[in-house]
Amino acid sequence: MTDDAATAGLSGTPLLERHLALGARMVDYAGWLMPVQYAGVIEEHRAVRSRAGLFDLSHMGELFVEGPDAGRALARALVTDPPSLAIGRAHYSMICAPDGGVIDDLIVYRLGEEQFLVVANAANTAAVSDALAERLDGMRVVLDDRSRDTALVAIQGPASRAILEQLMDADLGALRYYAITEATVAGVSALVARTGYTGEDGFELFVEWERAPEVWDALTAEGAAAGLVPVGLGARDTLRLEAGMPLYGNELDRDTDPFQAGLGRVVKLDREEDFVGRAALARVAAEGPRRRLVGLVVRGRGIARHGYAVLSDGTETGHVTSGTQSPTLGIPIAMAYVAPHDAGTGTMLDVDIRGQRVAAEVVPLPFYRRPS
Amino acid sequence: MVPSDLRFTKDHEWVRVEGDLATVGITAHAADQLGDIVFVELPAIGRTIDQHATFGVVESVKAVSDLFAPVGGEVVETNDESLRATPERVNSDPYGEGWMLRVRLADPSQVSALLDAAAYEALIAEE
Repeated sequence: MTDDAATAGLSGTPLLERHLALGARMVDYAGWLMPVQYAGVIEEHRAVRSRAGLFDLSHMGELFVEGPDAGRALARALVTDPPSLAIGRAHYSMICAPDGGVIDDLIVYRLGEEQFLVVANAANTAAVSDALAERLDGMRVVLDDRSRDTALVAIQGPASRAILEQLMDADLGALRYYAITEATVAGVSALVARTGYTGEDGFELFVEWERAPEVWDALTAEGAAAGLVPVGLGARDTLRLEAGMPLYGNELDRDTDPFQAGLGRVVKLDREEDFVGRAALARVAAEGPRRRLVGLVVRGRGIARHGYAVLSDGTETGHVTSGTQSPTLGIPIAMAYVAPHDAGTGTMLDVDIRGQRVAAEVVPLPFYRRPS
Repeated sequence: MVPSDLRFTKDHEWVRVEGDLATVGITAHAADQLGDIVFVELPAIGRTIDQHATFGVVESVKAVSDLFAPVGGEVVETNDESLRATPERVNSDPYGEGWMLRVRLADPSQVSALLDAAAYEALIAEE
């Protein structure tokens, strides 16, 4: 499989050998050879909900933005206001085109007064890097794409804190949700963030590329007793879908603005500085989006899948962006774009499942919220 | 191991022939490739299906796959009731409790053209 990967021109993460040794099924994901599943999607999904799961996310992009103008430059480039972040805190953000279309969704971490880390999706890292380079031009700021030097390992699930604390000299109780700190994990210096994409408590560890196997092995060994398992992209997708989180390429793309996706609250329009996409987004905010992302639960028999048409009284009102059988809830769930007048909770719609009209009900997102 | 008493298609369905009845399912290899199966859609009893035609779908958490009829004939029994409640049986016992259809063979000679266990094992070894 490694030979196939090489001939196909795919990149491997520093953990590729680990995945192959674990017998993972590997797929091409955004040009990376990535594990889609190890033991099985449902088993991995349940491990994260009840215990802990270990993810290799080294394919994701890490863009460091540093300099006296770093905050101001990002505030002009993104839809959020990174200078409003305290040092050591993070927020969800997006980078939009002038027409308001989403180029990528991002997490922005403030590492220092003049230092930020922007984490982009693997498939969009080059586009984000290019757009940032253009938008930061002329300001006292350096954009450093360290995606190929920075590995990312995530541990997610209710047992993740206890497992990770065994490998650190720090107490993670002080690390709040959407916060980041420098720490040593199993002897490896890391940026440890309390962020994730699963709907569970969890942590993301940014470490030097070559050191990732040490961190992976230490977490695997430490977590074994607590039932930690490696988790592939298959369960990552079902976990984020239950948690109602968008996936770029499904719920978000260049033809979609944040308001359509129900993420209008992310866009900070109430600030003085201009930012790319502002005029277009202000217009959408005032007029309302032309379609809305909703949660659907299929009430008939079948699973609504990406691309399936959604009908309202027999007329097409939109399409499904993501859908699966929810491993936690045991029912078919989906997200879909529909016309605003079909987006109300409780609205009964139909999904065209291979030619059959199957009833589906609009429900609030997320489908799953962790017990607090 | 591929059961030696069955016949197979290149699309990874299996057939067990008893008299003029053929029981149909998907192979362990196919079930494994699909991953956790969460949904199986089968034809109604009494329907006639053509050899090689789509007779249903099987869905894992990740994807949808068509099921192709290894033989043609009238559907006389299906495992729909059991697989609605426990589709994971296709993964856990693909040649037993995960069976899908029982078909009255329209043309028993269709069976002899299918792969035997050795030929099917060779096929999946190539993949």
